Order: sequence, then C-alpha cells, then structure tokens
Amino acid sequence: MSSSEPAVDDVLDTPFFLRWLTAAAASVSREAARLTDLDAAIGDADHGTNMQRGFAAVTEALEKEPPGSPGAALILAGRQLISKVGGASGPLYGTLLRRAGKALGDAERITPQQLADALRAGADAVAQLGGAAAGDKTMLDALFPAVEALGAGAGSFAAAGEAAEKGALATVPMTARKGRASYLGERSAGHQDPGATSSALIIAALAEAAR
Amino acid sequence: MKMLINVPETVVADALRGLAASHPELIVDVENRVIVRRDAPVEGKVALVSGGGSGHEPLHGGFVGPGMLDAACPGEVFTSPVPDQMVRAAAAVDSGQGVLFVVKSYTGDVLNFDMAAELAEDEGIQVAKVLVNDDVAVDDGLSTAGRRGTGATVFVEKLAGAAAEEGAPLERVESIARRVNELSRSFGVALSACSTPAKGGPTFDLPAGELELGVGIHGEPGRERRAMMTSREIADYAVETVVADLRPDNPVLLLVGGMGATPQLELYGFAAEVHRALGERRVAVARTLVGNYVTSLDMAGASISLCQVDEDLLRLWDAPVRTAGLRWGA
Repeated sequence: MSSSEPAVDDVLDTPFFLRWLTAAAASVSREAARLTDLDAAIGDADHGTNMQRGFAAVTEALEKEPPGSPGAALILAGRQLISKVGGASGPLYGTLLRRAGKALGDAERITPQQLADALRAGADAVAQLGGAAAGDKTMLDALFPAVEALGAGAGSFAAAGEAAEKGALATVPMTARKGRASYLGERSAGHQDPGATSSALIIAALAEAAR
Repeated sequence: MKMLINVPETVVADALRGLAASHPELIVDVENRVIVRRDAPVEGKVALVSGGGSGHEPLHGGFVGPGMLDAACPGEVFTSPVPDQMVRAAAAVDSGQGVLFVVKSYTGDVLNFDMAAELAEDEGIQVAKVLVNDDVAVDDGLSTAGRRGTGATVFVEKLAGAAAEEGAPLERVESIARRVNELSRSFGVALSACSTPAKGGPTFDLPAGELELGVGIHGEPGRERRAMMTSREIADYAVETVVADLRPDNPVLLLVGGMGATPQLELYGFAAEVHRALGERRVAVARTLVGNYVTSLDMAGASISLCQVDEDLLRLWDAPVRTAGLRWGA
C-alpha cells in the first residue's frame, strides 16, 4: 500500500468525490473507442459513445451545480447518467451511483468502509434492476469483486481497482445470460464484457482521486 | 460504406428536422427528441406513447397521428431513449385520461420506460405499460433476456390506438394492447448485415452466400445460418416456425415487413409465398400489409408477423389512421 492510500479511519470529503467522478469521466472518454469495440463484438457497438456522452454531462453538471456532500455528488451524477446515456447502461449506472449516494446520506465526510458499503448497496440495486447475478457476464462481475476488496482490505483503492480489472477479465470465457449479448448464447464466450470493462474504469478512478 | 448523412453525430437530429419539415401535422421537438401529434392532448382520450432506438423507421415516429400514437420518443441509433423524453412526451399528450406506454422487450427500453412511468406518476400522470415480445426466434427461457419485440409493435400500436381513438378507458386500451401482443408472433430473416452510422460499416459478418434465420432488428443473431435459400423455402421456414408457436384458429393479420434494404418487388414475391404457405396450413389471412414498417437500417431481408383477430380486433384494424407511415380511411 502506498502512502497516498487511505487507511480505514481516513475520511473522504466532497472534493475527493468530485475528483473521483472527474477522473472516471476522463477515463471513460479515453477508453470510449475500446468500449465500443468490445460492444461491437457481442452487443450493438454503442457502449463507449453512450457512456462518454453521459459522463460528459456529469462533469458539466458538477461544475454548474456544485454538490454540497459526497452523497449529493453521487446522486447528481447518477441522475445525469439516467438522463443522457440511454440503453440499459443509463438506468443501470444511474442506479449504481444514485443508490450509493442515497446510502451516504448527508454526511460531509465518510470513511472508506462507508464508501464500500454504499457501493455495495448500489451494486445490489443494479443486480435487482437488471435481474442479473454474478457470472452472467455483466458489469456486476467487476463491481462485486471491487466492493468486496474495498470492504475487506483497509479501504485500499488499489486493491479495489485490481479486483475490478480481474473481474472484468474473468468475463471473457463467460456466456452472457442478460442483455443483448445473451442472444449470442455460447458465441458470446471469448469476448470481454463492455459493461464490466467500464465498471472497472470507474473503480480504478478511485485510486487516481486519492493521489 | 457510403451513407446519405452529414456526420454520424447528427443523424437522428437531421432526420427529425426532415420529419418536421415534411409533416406539419406533427410537432417535432428536435432538441428533446419528442414527436407529438399537433392536436394533442386530445380531450377525453387515453394517450399512447412509444419509443425506442432510432434506425427502425417508420417505427415509432412514423406512427404518430390520429388512430395510432399520440407521441414517440426516438433514441440514438439502436439505443433506447431516456426517461426524460418519455416523461416529457407523456406530459405533452395526457388529457387526464392516462397514458399507455408501448414498450418493446429490450433491456434498455424496459428499464428506461419503468423509470419514466415512476417519474410520470410522481407528476400525477396515470401510466399503464404493455410489453411487446413477439419474436419466436428467441427462447423465452432463462438463458436470454427474453423474447424480443419486433413487428407486432405495429399491431399493438394500431389496434390499441384505434381503441383509444374510440374513447376506450385506459384499462381497456391496456388490456387490448396486452391481448394483441399475446395473439401475435414474428420471425425475421437477414440476407445482409445492417450498418450503423457510428460504426460506418456492417455490425456483423454475414458471408455473401449465406442468410441468418431468426435475426433480430439490431442485427442480433438468430437461430441458425444457412446457405442462401429461395423465397419459397424462406417462407415455408418462417411460416412453419410462427404457426407452430401461435397455433392460430382464427383469421390473422399478416405483416410482411422489409428490413430496410429489400425492394417491394422482392417483398411482394415473398408475400405470395407466405400466403401460399399459410394457405397450405389452413390459416386464413384477413388483411395483409407489405412494406417497411419495423426496419433495421440498411439490412436486407424480411420478417413476417401474424396477429390472430376476432371481429372486434379486425374492426379496430380497419378504423381510420393518419400517420406518416400508415394511413387509411382518413
């Protein structure tokens, strides 16, 4: 663990959450073409374009109406994604961030453990909304390991990022059972899931925000 | 790949500007992506709102008008619209009698319309939803996201739209829509892949000498690939598949739908084979519609959709309709 990594009793403030969401937006924008290519293989080739449009709206909204708390920042970001992304990704990512934001309440400073719990609440809400479980070759295959790592370790963002990345890679051999890739059946195996990939980018941005 | 566009980013907005210029009977909000019939909200009438990804024209914007939809929400190409569009549309057309959302069965459409229904109800708009899932090519099991919504959307929007125009209350309009979906089945065949403007080329690889049986309207794969077949062979395969699932004992409405790049000459030839194949299976055809209604951009190919009808549904089918994409009796 590097010295910039937070310890369990560290606190995360609103500027941290703004840095996180901005870093996530930059990362999604950088990797948009790759996300679209992954989606072209098993979906309909628009995941990168849609996520880029959504996160551009997130950064714009955060500047225009600066949120007063970590929870408010996540709720604002989630609302923008629901309004701008479309497809399945809009409601799913929007729900992830809104539910996590709601779980944080009005607290101005939160611990990494609270963040882990909030993200778990968000991931659970995504699972319920999409009717998906771990192993269905979806964004959950990156998110669940990430919140696990974040909660289990001493709130290590690097560990969460690695777990998410590993989870995304683990979707390669899986057969999709949800979303448009499910129509490919066994032919969906051998391709990395675009949603798990974008989830891993967003989790990896946590470490960037901590620096 | 050559396309008649400016840049991929403005394809949907450009098409909406063209729709507005060509159809003054519609109000087209290009920025917010909502198409509304100009006389909405119609006093005392239940409103129908539908929407989905662009690229399936004339669905849904082409079906806005008296006798069918009150509003439509076009998303990006092959991407579901967002809840904001749907709520805006519902608010624009609700006369106080409630709104029926016609939703095609795709994960994105379902999730966004669910959220929109909640938000609209928060604003005091009564909302009902009907899910269209008619594509028999897909197992309705646990291994996929479920049967897709395709050609039967036209039947649902036309028949429920006619009932609403007659003044039926929301509960009845919803139950007719549900019944029409249950009485409908579809099957599609691709002779070529479609190309999205954003990708600038084919979205999947279909070799020249092969066709895909049971394809979806976004180029989703079907049941199997085979060496190219004749129109007669394709009709037998498609009709057999649909009839085995629907088991009609009443006359049917028949939609012979083009996927976007197949000429009428071929579609009518295919329609002849479909009529023959249905006749051989003792299925009576009450009405036939041939043409591009639920398309998949520039995909070559065709689909058939059947809807079993009784006297009441047939009367609703024959009722006047005046939209950009479907028009008779008015």
